[in-house]
Amino acid sequence: MSTELVIKDLHVSVEDQPIIKGLNLSVKQGEVHALMGPNGSGKSTLANALMGNPFYTIDSGEITIGGVDILELEPNERAKLGLFLAFQYPTAIPGVSMANFLRMAVSAVRSEDSNGSDTTELIPMREFRRELRAKMKQLGVDESFARRYLNDGFSGGEKKRAEVLQLAMLEPKIAILDETDSGLDIDAVRIVGESVNQLIGPNLGVLIITHYPRLLNYIRPQFIHILLDGRVVESGGWELAELLEEKGYDPIREAHGLTEVVVEPEVEEALPSLRA
Amino acid sequence: MAEQEKSNETVDIGVSDEYKYGFHDDVKPVFKSRKGLDTEVINEMCDVKDEPDWMREYRLKAYEIFKQKPDLKWGGDLSDLDYDDIYYYVKASDRVERSWDDVPDDIKKTFDRLGIPEAERKFLAGVGAQYDSEVVYHNIEEELEKIGVIFVDTDTAIREYPDLVKEYFGTVIPSADNKLAALNSAVWSGGSFIYVPPGVKVDYPLQAYFRINSENMGQFERTLIIADEGAEVHYVEGCTAPTFSSESLHSAVVEIICKKGSRVRYTTIQNWANNVYNLVTKRAMAYEDAHMEWIDGNLGSKLTMKYPSIYMMEPGAHGEILSIAFATQGQHQDAGGKVIHCAPNTSSRITSKSISKDGGRSSYRGELKVLNGAKGCKSNVECDALILDEESRSDTYPVIQIDADDVNVGHEARVSKIGEEQLFYLMSRGLSEEEASTMIVNGFIEPLVKELPMEYAVEMNRLIQLQMEGSVG
Repeated sequence: MSTELVIKDLHVSVEDQPIIKGLNLSVKQGEVHALMGPNGSGKSTLANALMGNPFYTIDSGEITIGGVDILELEPNERAKLGLFLAFQYPTAIPGVSMANFLRMAVSAVRSEDSNGSDTTELIPMREFRRELRAKMKQLGVDESFARRYLNDGFSGGEKKRAEVLQLAMLEPKIAILDETDSGLDIDAVRIVGESVNQLIGPNLGVLIITHYPRLLNYIRPQFIHILLDGRVVESGGWELAELLEEKGYDPIREAHGLTEVVVEPEVEEALPSLRA
Repeated sequence: MAEQEKSNETVDIGVSDEYKYGFHDDVKPVFKSRKGLDTEVINEMCDVKDEPDWMREYRLKAYEIFKQKPDLKWGGDLSDLDYDDIYYYVKASDRVERSWDDVPDDIKKTFDRLGIPEAERKFLAGVGAQYDSEVVYHNIEEELEKIGVIFVDTDTAIREYPDLVKEYFGTVIPSADNKLAALNSAVWSGGSFIYVPPGVKVDYPLQAYFRINSENMGQFERTLIIADEGAEVHYVEGCTAPTFSSESLHSAVVEIICKKGSRVRYTTIQNWANNVYNLVTKRAMAYEDAHMEWIDGNLGSKLTMKYPSIYMMEPGAHGEILSIAFATQGQHQDAGGKVIHCAPNTSSRITSKSISKDGGRSSYRGELKVLNGAKGCKSNVECDALILDEESRSDTYPVIQIDADDVNVGHEARVSKIGEEQLFYLMSRGLSEEEASTMIVNGFIEPLVKELPMEYAVEMNRLIQLQMEGSVG
């Protein structure tokens, strides 16, 4: 049975400032969705709120995975239900090797109980290594990656590839990619895009959150949604991405009577669009 | 992924969330001095040990120094330490055995529970085991003995190698060095004596295990290591004690002489019950091109004051001190290191990592001196402190004194808290908050743990994990 992530009338605020204002969205296993929006539309807030970042406050609404209400669940419990977030800015954990971390994470998400307080039993080393090797090979990731400290001293491209490797190892049902293309040059976007593409299949639902359509040239979504001012204002197919590519967000903004307001601080991205 | 091959076999050096090695075995000592200390107790001890006169005189002289020295006024709080409420000499067994089969059953049981004989079979070149005041077991591989390596308990060394002991005993740390060194010099018992002949490299670690079993016990082992020219040796010590409601005192003196071109590594993983005052003086002299390393892991105890030091006596000497301290509820770890550059072109590095949790307090106390004329010295001091909650505390007391030209000295100190971002990141991958914090802490001390022999590294990580258990409400 395919699992579905359902977001209903979601309201999220950051330090008492409302950012997401009544958002509705559903992503099924096997589907690829893109949520596109300009800076300040609430993209990263949505990604963090879905994963349970305590810095973000859910004011009202509903988030369910496979019918289970996850609003009160800790991030690790959400992960065990099959939710994954590829971070826009992955955090470095010095001294913890990628391999040790991944073994712990894989063991945790696969453990039977979703009771966060119990100590995770590690999966056997041989089994883990075999799996890690296979996935690294599949994604063209160098084996030396496994020995490096998690995200510590990684280049922007390496960080994103590390996120994709984690995605591959953890085998979630629904993965959110938060601006996975940000900060990457065009070759790196292609490599990351192709990697994600390899993972897409009937068991993985993907929500790509992005400002620019360029990643979508490698990961073709079936559904495109436009996020403006904390709400999904338009949903459709590939033609929406093409419209954005041609005309930008302004016509859509005007159509919905919105003016450009930047409420969410985001790193300025001096990235060319596909035409450049 | 080579480091992933690490075996799951561990050396048990104690502790758990309930301090697993807090057990007390009911062992009847063959001799126990009365509580408190005076010349009569010392004389009685010398009689029981049947010691030569020079050592008796040495002890009595040191006792006078101890009485004259004022109490320590710095470091940790010693106000509850009552020198009159301590048994200074408790002899559990009549002799030092070379076979575990000959060690009295009840004492052997303790060391079995601690996993020492098993560790010896697996990966050690020699083992000494001390129970309260006296060493009960001591053994070294025959091949090493044949090529002249000496590894015996220090009491045996006094009898069997008096000239060698006399030449070096108390030369690195004289009785008058500090009040506790004076006390140890007066009442020392047990400890290891190691001599490695020129050019001999001991490939596997020699280990000593120190166990306090009696209540109100004072354990004062005395260790002396001499690495002759070009020799190499790695010595490891582990320590545990039962949990009693009253205090025990562990006050060791460790002296090391690293002759020209030798390499000595001294690793401590101590895990005392939290009623133990652990006040230890450790010092090494490094001569021409010698390489001395202290690796000092401090867990447990009520108060630890310990600053392993290295005197760089001749050009080319190199010294390293790696210190890990973990202070949890009711514990104060006052640890660090001292390096004195007495000769030109010597180099040193001090790295300290401390973790404070549940109201624990860890302090880094360090001293770096470059004496007049010691040109071209290099030294780097790095202290990292990780504080896990609001109740816990970390302090840094570095002293740096440079009296020479052309010297390259660096000092860095950092204090950090576990970041919310790091926790969220790890938890989003399925780790519980406790698992995430433990992983961050293990990563924090990884640069030091990777210096440990594999078995100890695995055990160190396990200890950290146990300390972290139940830490998240």
